[in-house]
Amino acid sequence: MAIIPHEKTSCGGLTLHRIQTDKYKTTTVVMQFKAKLTKDTVTERALLPYVLQSGTAQYGSSKAVRTELEKLYGATLGVDLAKKGDFHIMTFRMDFANEKFLSEDDPLFKKALTLLADVVMNPKTGNSGFDSSIVEKEKRTMKQRIESIYDDKMRYSNMRLTQEMFPDEPFGLHVFGESDQVDQITSQSLYDYYKKVCAEDEVDLYFVGNLEGIEVENIVKELFPFDERSSRESETTVKASLDVEEKEVQESQEIKQGKLHMGFRTGVGYADDEYYALQVFNGMFGGFSHSKLFRNVREKESLAYYAASRYESHKGLIIVMSGIEFKNYSKTVEIIKEQLTAMRNGDFNEEEMKQTKTMIRNQLLETVDDAKGMVELLYHGVVSRKLRSIEEWLDGVEAVTKEDILAVADKVKLDTVYFLKGEEA
Amino acid sequence: MKTIPFNQLQETLYHQTMDNGLDVYVLPKKGFNKTYATFTTKYGSVDNHFVPLNGSENVQVPDGIAHFLEHKLFEKEDRDVFQDFSKQGASSNAFTSFTRTAYLFSTTQNVMQNLETLVNFVQDPYFSDKSVEKEKGIIGQEIEMYNDNSDWRAYFGVIENMFHHHPVKIDIAGTVESIAKITKESLYTCYETFYHPSNMVLFVVGAVEPNEIMSFVEKNQAAKSYKDQPPIERFFDEEPKKVAEKKRVLPMSVQVAKCLVGFKEPNPGRQGEELLKHELSINLALDLMFGQSSENYETLYNEGLIDQSFSYDFTEEEKFGFSILGSNTSSPDELADRLYSMIQSFKNRAVDEEQLERIRKKKIGSFLRALNSPEFIANQFTRYRFNQMDLFEVVPVLEALTAKDVEKAVKEHFAEECFTVCQVVPKA
Repeated sequence: MAIIPHEKTSCGGLTLHRIQTDKYKTTTVVMQFKAKLTKDTVTERALLPYVLQSGTAQYGSSKAVRTELEKLYGATLGVDLAKKGDFHIMTFRMDFANEKFLSEDDPLFKKALTLLADVVMNPKTGNSGFDSSIVEKEKRTMKQRIESIYDDKMRYSNMRLTQEMFPDEPFGLHVFGESDQVDQITSQSLYDYYKKVCAEDEVDLYFVGNLEGIEVENIVKELFPFDERSSRESETTVKASLDVEEKEVQESQEIKQGKLHMGFRTGVGYADDEYYALQVFNGMFGGFSHSKLFRNVREKESLAYYAASRYESHKGLIIVMSGIEFKNYSKTVEIIKEQLTAMRNGDFNEEEMKQTKTMIRNQLLETVDDAKGMVELLYHGVVSRKLRSIEEWLDGVEAVTKEDILAVADKVKLDTVYFLKGEEA
Repeated sequence: MKTIPFNQLQETLYHQTMDNGLDVYVLPKKGFNKTYATFTTKYGSVDNHFVPLNGSENVQVPDGIAHFLEHKLFEKEDRDVFQDFSKQGASSNAFTSFTRTAYLFSTTQNVMQNLETLVNFVQDPYFSDKSVEKEKGIIGQEIEMYNDNSDWRAYFGVIENMFHHHPVKIDIAGTVESIAKITKESLYTCYETFYHPSNMVLFVVGAVEPNEIMSFVEKNQAAKSYKDQPPIERFFDEEPKKVAEKKRVLPMSVQVAKCLVGFKEPNPGRQGEELLKHELSINLALDLMFGQSSENYETLYNEGLIDQSFSYDFTEEEKFGFSILGSNTSSPDELADRLYSMIQSFKNRAVDEEQLERIRKKKIGSFLRALNSPEFIANQFTRYRFNQMDLFEVVPVLEALTAKDVEKAVKEHFAEECFTVCQVVPKA
């Protein structure tokens, strides 16, 4: 049996994914809306899901929607935004109990899905588009959400690094939207955008849980009657160009710990053959506690509590992050650069490679134990247009050789060193 | 080995107490790739005043030492245990809370080998002067990371406000100054006192066979020469019911202010079912007052006093307890006043039965959802066990709670003298 028993069907204007499993006590539903990330749409798109969850034609307020969720044994409903490569993804997630674990015989599936459909398909409207009081409230909250990025210094540094790396490209935008565009949004303009989303976005709907005996397809057709749309199959992410000069950006705030964030470009993305090699490279460089960054920056030099690298697999980036004392900036940057050089020179042994592959395998299999994690893995396949089974993935990682790693290590190029430091430094 | 079935939940728990007093629990999870194991001692940041094993005088140890010990246990004379785990395909970690220190791994392969590594490394300390000094730099940066974290500072600020003496007010990691005083000798003193098997619980959940686990642990423990240990004597100064400080304002490098308010539990000391009932009652009450379906939430949100960062929680351990609630906000003073008055007016009303029913359902659903997570099961079960509670009693106790229970708990907990406020505001 496949590790993820994934069945995919086209269902009107959306793609339906079913993952039948009896290992959970709840059913998870994830609905993904995908469109290009652009400066013109980023703010409206970031506002839309918050407005939708705040009132439907039938349940006219957030309070009413939440009351219905509680009646369904505390079904959860959440919205989320993400940037995946060149796309701005809008997500609705729902999770509800499987009634066979309750002293209740009433099936929850149809009821829960009806509520989700209400939120997504039948919003509360007013004289011009959406209900204007909901839109105004959510605009206010949105401004606060954007402002508070500044308050989380790790997140802020990540945002600043991305802005510096992609000053003129949509990828430099933050998924929460642009503060100075919020005021221009009206209930009508947002509603027009919503209509466009419903007509044009690529929509994927995932179900994970015990679905036996449930006519998922019929229920979805009835509740989510999206029109057929033209194929977006050719839309993919353009990988970050490798034609850049190394630069350094420093900023000061009244803080106690410096945040060092370094952005690298790799030229390798999820759909590429070298993807597996880059995953192994990143694991050895800074992905795990046996990695070069953890061992040298933390264990050997005691410079930091965390020193790690993260791979953004659609745009093809590696981001290194570490929290350090201000005075150790140059020393830490130098050590991190040395680790990249060591990787390029093949300064690692079989044991480290084997250890890294084992850890990646472990990570993948553990991700599959979580319903959301499973959907996340599958959705990479939608965004990149490269559907990869877990089995294929595991084999691909296993087959990576030292030469493969050296080849990708050679491509990795430092773009920006960003440092958020204290004011006295 | 004892078999404990939970029919409605379709789970079975296995339990055995080893000869040296170690409690082992196994919960097999069908269909999971992963196995998750925690090895936990009932020893946390609050246990800083005690009689050492074989000692006669009580000692006061430096702030942050339980957490420091947690870091240092991974380092052995010749190697780093993190590496042992990753060579065996497991990721390992540890955490220290107010009352517990837990060591853990998760893996999809070599379960028995990793379990052996877990049990052996925790039961075989190696501390040296050199490695203790080295760790001070790393933990120093961990402390500074938290010092810049406005959510953590606000949360801890409320707790500091509440307590006059109780060490729960001391930051779990200590301070750069306090950890400077830690020595290898003080680490051994704490280790010998608190890491005896009779003070610990091993929990394994996932793709496992209970018999195999139990017989392995039995053999492993039998080969180690633990002597029976007398009960540990821990000391806590008498703590007044009322809070130490009513308000604290922390200027930080932020753009959005935060306001958290808290109520200190005036009558801690509950254990077992009494504690479970009290904890669930207060949490139900918080849902009734401030859940997203409540009028209060709607009012505060509509007026722009709270946003999605709004949260609330109540927790109680043997010697202390508190509820904390709050949010990012545009008006920190007004939010504090409003939260206080909303709670007072709730106290003076009868609990609405229909709402209670709905919230009860919600809680049961959330509990089922939490059981999807091996991490939740292992960590929470252990926390409950150390407080003589049973995690699997949550649903029956929830089902039996009445409006009267909730009203009584609310009247007792949300007292004026127990109320305090902590705000983080943008630096001028």
